[in-house]
Amino acid sequence: MDLHELFLVTLVVEPVLEDHVTRDLLELGATGFTVMEARGRGTRGIRTGDIPGHNVRIETVVAKSVAERILTRVQEKWFEQYAVIAWAHPVKVVRGDKYVAGETQGEAEADEE
Amino acid sequence: MNESGALLDILRANLLSPIPLAFALGVAARLLKSEFSLPRDIYAGLGIYLLFALGLKGGVELGNAPLAAIVVPALVTLGLGVIRPLTSYGVLRSVGRMGVADSAGIAAHYGSVSAVTFIAALAFTDGVGLPAEGFMPTLLAILEVPGIAVALMIGAVKLGGDRPTGEVLHEVLTGRTLVLLGGGLLVGALSDPGAWEQVKPFYDGAIFKGALVLFLLEMGVVAGERLADLKETGAFLLVFGVVMAIAHGLLGAAVGTWAGLSPGGATVLASMAASASYIAAPPAVRMTIPEANPTLSLTAALAITFPFNIVAGIPLYLAFATWLAG
Repeated sequence: MDLHELFLVTLVVEPVLEDHVTRDLLELGATGFTVMEARGRGTRGIRTGDIPGHNVRIETVVAKSVAERILTRVQEKWFEQYAVIAWAHPVKVVRGDKYVAGETQGEAEADEE
Repeated sequence: MNESGALLDILRANLLSPIPLAFALGVAARLLKSEFSLPRDIYAGLGIYLLFALGLKGGVELGNAPLAAIVVPALVTLGLGVIRPLTSYGVLRSVGRMGVADSAGIAAHYGSVSAVTFIAALAFTDGVGLPAEGFMPTLLAILEVPGIAVALMIGAVKLGGDRPTGEVLHEVLTGRTLVLLGGGLLVGALSDPGAWEQVKPFYDGAIFKGALVLFLLEMGVVAGERLADLKETGAFLLVFGVVMAIAHGLLGAAVGTWAGLSPGGATVLASMAASASYIAAPPAVRMTIPEANPTLSLTAALAITFPFNIVAGIPLYLAFATWLAG
């Protein structure tokens, strides 16, 4: 089986940000994402966002350059005012080209070697 | 009987009715750390049912009402929508000495309206035999948005920066309150009276009132969760939540009476004016004024102003409206 090395970016954000963050992901080159409800405790207290509704955990598998762009955007746009945590780690996926939009295609192929 | 005796009678009639009692039970359940709470989807479903029913009934009445009877109350309501966030902002800044962001955030909540307070006021005026005009839900739809818009504008002007105000107002306009209420008004107004009669028992009468009581039970749980935050929000906001409600309520009753509403209608308009939003305003403020602390506005709206209106405010506005009409 061919395994391709890509990056899994995970963001846990307060509920009002869901649409805004997922729009950013697609704009920065992600080809898709998964959203789950999340509960937990962080530095901003148990009810991180404070507005009724659950926090959401957004995951997307992307090429390394896209992962970096996403994390930079999150840092610049959301970290200061909102309850957001973000991380990325390398993952091995089958069907690597599924997660890569046109402009980063070459990079994913290079990663495979 | 003297006037204060009449007010006490109204207060007692209100307190010993299922709506405030169910609300109190919900608060008590939360304070006793009971595991009870209504499943989230049922709570949301009841909210949808109540809003849509309100829209439908209002729409049917709107279809029957002469346009001239609605124009002045509608304009007065629009005026209230613009004035309330400004008075709230002014008081928060000058008396409360709060920052621009927190003041604008709270003002957006007090500029919009709580649909549940409105429905409770309708049920209350019905119960005491002074039913409000049938077109009142139209006024609720008119009051929902301008207050939020004005307060977000204050935030945008005073704080500067790149704020998605237009985008967020679109979200408010297409939010569930206006779609269900405004859409329901339209459906009700267009519906053939014979066809309405067939579905009326589900939307009007005992089922509606029973659903409202169940909804208030869960509102009690939600408000009870907020009570612990009162320590954080401080004494000023506690006083603000009550005094602002009374001031806006008396203003609403006065202009409602002036606009030709019956004492019941003026009471319902007053209760709307006195209420604070906790559904439409919070996400709108969070996206456009993220510097504002959401704990302050939500606690004031949910744990102070909402219970005050349900328990004492609505009867007070009725007494005032009756006295004005007197």
